[in-house]
Amino acid sequence: MGLETAIPTDSVLTTQLNRIINWARRSSLWPMPFATACCGIELMSTASSRYDLARFGAEVMRFSPRQSDLLIVAGRVAVKMLPVLQRIYMQMCEPKWVISMGACASTGGVFDTYAVVQGVDQFIPVDVYVPGCPPRPEMLLEGIMAVQRIIDEENIPYDGEGHRLPLEIALQPNYEPRPQPAEVSIGAT
Amino acid sequence: MAKANLDHPTLALVKVAFTDIKFKATEFRGQTTLIVPAERLHTVMRYLRDDPECDYNFLSDVVGIDYLGYPAKTLGRFAIVYLLISYEHGRRLAVKVFLDPTVDTSGIEPDPALEVDSVTDIWPGAEWPEREVYDMFGIRFRNHPDLRRILMWKDYPAHPLRKDYPLRGRGERETYRVLDRDAS
Repeated sequence: MGLETAIPTDSVLTTQLNRIINWARRSSLWPMPFATACCGIELMSTASSRYDLARFGAEVMRFSPRQSDLLIVAGRVAVKMLPVLQRIYMQMCEPKWVISMGACASTGGVFDTYAVVQGVDQFIPVDVYVPGCPPRPEMLLEGIMAVQRIIDEENIPYDGEGHRLPLEIALQPNYEPRPQPAEVSIGAT
Repeated sequence: MAKANLDHPTLALVKVAFTDIKFKATEFRGQTTLIVPAERLHTVMRYLRDDPECDYNFLSDVVGIDYLGYPAKTLGRFAIVYLLISYEHGRRLAVKVFLDPTVDTSGIEPDPALEVDSVTDIWPGAEWPEREVYDMFGIRFRNHPDLRRILMWKDYPAHPLRKDYPLRGRGERETYRVLDRDAS
């Protein structure tokens, strides 16, 4: 009926153009590490051989925002550092995504003081939040996989006022929670 | 509490050299502090470095203190502490100056009472610590070569280590432009 009947099936694959573009984008995320604190250490660990970010095509850390499409904000951001972060965000070419890694980047964490930004999402758009202090490399991998799911969804729904609607892809734990410790009494009962 | 042990050799020297100044001194666990009137600070500091018996050739740090709400009585609200080291004699001495504000301390209004002479002409390394004391406490240093804020940004509307400044600030961390997805 369509094109499929006219071409040999054993050597040709048909798909939609934006699906194959998204497949290329999701499989070659180039992160820009904005590492300002201990989250940066976990970010380095994620990229190194034990956790091997290359399995998800995101191992090419680019220290130039012009060449990267995934901004990973890892660590607390001082108010004086915020213009730098915003300039880096603006210098990145579209399409681009932002991960806020760790408690400090997402909320300010324990640094609830006059000089620390209480969450970078107040000042730049954030796609994925990775909780933790600092997050384990596995958590960052889940965050990057969440970005990949956002890319797969493409055409992200907008509301009438131009704001993005949430994707509702909060990650579920992939393990069975262990039973809580049983009550222990001390001394003779 | 044990009585302060004031046998630091420099104390006797400054007493003889400046008979017109009433010094105070304290000692705690072997660390001696000399308290100097603010208007004579520069002269005393010059003597402490240049006199061969004192020879404090290294200024380790300059720090500020705000004593607002301090449980004991102090000689003033603000203090500046100069930590001196003499490599020649292997001695340390802290020199302290007390200042009392005359202007409301919640803003950044210059206060003529919160001013001392800079010691950057004696120890050039005092430049950045004095800028930090100015930035955090609003204490100005006369004849400082470059008295700008060092940690906070230029238009910051307060001196944040003053005790009457709230820890979370007065909204300075929220007032910044917001980038949305269309801005870039």
